[in-house]
Parts: sequence; C-alpha cells; structure tokens
Amino acid sequence: MGQAVLTEEKTVFDIKNLNLWYGKNLALKDIDFAIYNNEITAIIGPSGCGKSTFIKTLNLMIQNIPGVRMSGEINYDHQNLINGKVDLVDLRKKVGMVFQKANPFPKSIYENVAYGPKIHGLKKKGKLDEIVERSLRDVFLWDEVKDRLNTSALGLSGGQQQRLCIARAIATKPDVILMDEPTSALDPISTIKIEELALQLKKDYSIVMVTHNMQQAARVSDRTAFFLMGELIEYAHTSKIFSAPSDKRTEDYVTGRFG
Amino acid sequence: MDNKTMTASQRLLKKSNKSLLQMELRGKSIVLISALIIITATISITIFLGTKGLQAFFNNGVSLYEFLTSTNWNPTNAESPAYGAVPFIVGSFAVTFLSALIAAPLGIGGAIFMTEIAPSWGKKILQPVIELLVGIPSVVYGFIGLSVLVPFLRDSVGGQGFSLLAGMIVLSIMILPTVTSIATDAMSSLPKGLRESSYAIGATRWQTIWRVLIPAAMPTLLTAVVLGMARAFGEALAVQMVIGNVRTLPSAITDPSATLTTIITLNMGHTTFGSVENNVLWSLALILLAMSFIFIILIRYLSSRRQF
Repeated sequence: MGQAVLTEEKTVFDIKNLNLWYGKNLALKDIDFAIYNNEITAIIGPSGCGKSTFIKTLNLMIQNIPGVRMSGEINYDHQNLINGKVDLVDLRKKVGMVFQKANPFPKSIYENVAYGPKIHGLKKKGKLDEIVERSLRDVFLWDEVKDRLNTSALGLSGGQQQRLCIARAIATKPDVILMDEPTSALDPISTIKIEELALQLKKDYSIVMVTHNMQQAARVSDRTAFFLMGELIEYAHTSKIFSAPSDKRTEDYVTGRFG
Repeated sequence: MDNKTMTASQRLLKKSNKSLLQMELRGKSIVLISALIIITATISITIFLGTKGLQAFFNNGVSLYEFLTSTNWNPTNAESPAYGAVPFIVGSFAVTFLSALIAAPLGIGGAIFMTEIAPSWGKKILQPVIELLVGIPSVVYGFIGLSVLVPFLRDSVGGQGFSLLAGMIVLSIMILPTVTSIATDAMSSLPKGLRESSYAIGATRWQTIWRVLIPAAMPTLLTAVVLGMARAFGEALAVQMVIGNVRTLPSAITDPSATLTTIITLNMGHTTFGSVENNVLWSLALILLAMSFIFIILIRYLSSRRQF
C-alpha cells in the first residue's frame, strides 16, 4: 500500500494509526487512511473485516455502541475526532450517512428531507421548501414525488426510499456522504440508479462507500481499500486494485478466491 | 429399489398417516369447540345484558331521556322515584380521563426511560416494579387508598378526603402497568434504523425521541392509553373504597362522587331481581358494555394505523 496515499490531492479525512477495540477485542488495527475530495472511495472486504466499523468511525456513530475505545487520529477539518471534543451535531451535519436498509421516518416525504435542516434550527418555510426541492432533484426523485410530497415516505418503493434517504442526508449540505452497503437490499435496477446517482453526487461531495459487491466497487469508485480482519491490506486507485494488486490477499479476494 | 421394502414402507406410511389424520381432526375439534364456547359466551352475555338493560325503559316505563340527562338519582323513593344516571356517567368518565391524564405521561415516560435512556439497568429495575404493580389485587389498592390517601387528602386539600381526586390517583396507579408495558413494547418494536438515521443526521437523543420515535410509535402509545382507560372505566372495588359514593354531581375534583361500577356494586345486594331499582342497575351495566365496545373499536382503529 502507499502509492496513492502519497499524492498531492486534497483530502477530507486523514486517518493515522487508528486502533479500535470492542471491549478487549481489537477490531481495527493501526489504520492509515486518507479520503480524497470529490471522489468515491470504496471499501471492500469479507464480512467481519472491519469495513462497517471503519465507516462508522468517520461520523463517530461507532460511539453509540457501548464498550468501544479508539486510539490514533481521525483528522477532519483540522480536528482530531478522537479527542472527545468534537460537536457531534456539527460533525454529522457535515458527514452524512446512508444505511444498508432504507429507513425513512414514518413521516411525509417532505418532512423526511426537511428533518435535518429543521433540527439544525432552520424554520423558514420558503427556505425549507427550497432545500427539499433541491435535495430531491439532486437524487432524481423530484419528478417522481413532487405531486405527493405530503404523503408518507413509507409508500415509496425500496429504491425510492433509499434515494430519499440520500436526499435526507444531503439536505444538511454535508461535505462527505458515508454509504454503508447502500444497495445490498435493492433490486438490480434500483442499484444501478443509486450507482449513477453516486457518480453524479461526487461532483459536490466526497463519498465513502462500503460494499460487498466487487463489481460495484469497480464500476463506481475512484479508489478502493481492501480490509481483512481489521487491517487495511491495500489502498490504491480502483483500476490498480482490480488489475494489478500489490498484495496476494487482495488479488485472492478480488478474483473471488475467498470471501 | 427393492420391491418388498417399497411396499412395506408404503404400508407403514399409510398407517401413520391415518393416525396422524385422526390426531389432526381431534386437535382441530378441540380448538374449534374452545372458540365456539368463547363466542357463545360473549354473545349470550351481550344479549342478556341488552335485554336486561332495556327492560327498565320498555317494561317499567323509565324514561330513557331522563336516565341519560337527569342528575337526580333516587330509585327507592316510593312516591316519586327518579332515575337520572348522569352523576355516575360523569363520575365514570371523570375518573377515567383524569387517571389517564396522570398515567399516560408517567407510563410513556417510564417506557422511554427503559427503552431509550437506560435500556440496561432501567429495564432491570422498572420491569419487576411494574410486574409487581400488576399483581397487587384491587382490594389492596383500595385499602391503601382508604387508609393512607384519603386521610392525607383530607388533611392537605380539605373536604372529606373521599373524592374524585382520590379515585383518580388510585386508578392512575392501577392502570400505570398496562400503559407502561404496552408503551415499552411500542418503543422497543421500532426499527433500530430509525434511531440510527436520526443520530446520523446530527439529531440529539431528545430530538430523536421527540421528533421521530414518539410519532412513529404514536398509534401503539395511544392503544396503551386506551387500554388503561378501559381498565379504569371498569374498575369497581378500589374506586368504591375511596370515591365517597354520593348521588350528586361533583362540582370540584375534591368532591365525593360515584361511578357506574360503584353504584352497581353498592346497590345490587339490596334490590330484588326484576324490580325497577334492579333493572336500572342493569341499564347502568349496559352503558359499561357499550363503552367497552367503543374502547375496542378505538383500539382496533389505532392498531390499523400502526406502522411498525
């Protein structure tokens, strides 16, 4: 590993010597990582390799799990997130997250998207309307739902719900969108839509995407990181990972020999 | 395959199938009979209560209008008996709503504490406490109310102590377990993703509880309150011991009062079956039955609106 990390491009996250324990269990071992602006970074690896754990450190959602301890540095916006002084509300406004299972709130489509801005203190109806429309347009959902903004979000299809969740995440104007296996519960057509959407969104946001699907990583990401048993085995441009990986274990995994 | 073993196994199969079939049939009849008995019992009670409850109006010439609008209750007065049930209808509704007013926020608050704030130790302490509250018989609640609460109210707020207020406090403690346990189920059956995604947007715990979880669980939370109210409406003994049992309409919360249930239990012993006085008690019971139907319809409506 290493070549890609040394380039001069702008990074949003700089991670140094990150260790993470669940109780006494070391789940992430000495991770050095950088996430670059306006790129899609894919994280691949077999189940239990620490990729979901890793992505949840970036917005500190991991702290909701009791018994978690971390050491090292996760630098975001000149702040080390691990020192415990970070305002979670502010961090999560800037680092949005989309989950494996689409989980819209049982509220109207409008209220789902307006939720973030509202809890961050925005009250003006006009401004909220504007944000809702922009966010829904950005995820190509506006034309499908503009006539039923006040109906329940639970009436949407699975793929639409997931796009709504992305709209909900970008409504607070984040820098980074974390996606934790965003398409694993979706049909192929909805999956393609989300992938195309991710490619569009990277113009404005940096995206970190955990995925089980190696073709997906190959299709959409700029860089790919391969995790195995809590270690970052290899991190490089996606083309390199899939065509000329440096590590034997990476090669075995991407060619389907295990995992 | 060997022909002999084939036929042998087939014979075996058929035989066991037959006895299986018999067992199926027997099991089916047992559960069917149970279901029929339950249905028949319910329908018979309804019919019986319906005919008994209406006798006062059709056979004894009591005016339904008077029954439902007059506040004058004096069925034993030989010269001019009066059958106004309003004080008891008001009393029943008053203690029911007032006790729900206390039990709903307490119960839902306790449920949120157990599921959201301190799921580990909160549940360990509060759960057994609630189960204990369920197990206490109503006569004990009434007894405690009578010997502790009533004197306390007499000394602190004045009056006799026997009052709507006393009834409402005793009832709210009695329905608290119902409200809390159903509200806890409602909160803990919410999908985990709701909490996660709210936190991930930057919401605080309180914002998540208030803006996402409570609205999402609302139909079931309301069901919890309605079930509590149904219990409060039907409770007789404990209320009777603390409410004062007067025939007049209460004008303040500290006034003594009576409810439909307490008036039935107090008077059924000294009225003769078939008399007008007895028949109007059945009419009061019919109101109770009608109300319980309304509570059930309400609960059905609420559960049809459940989202999770």
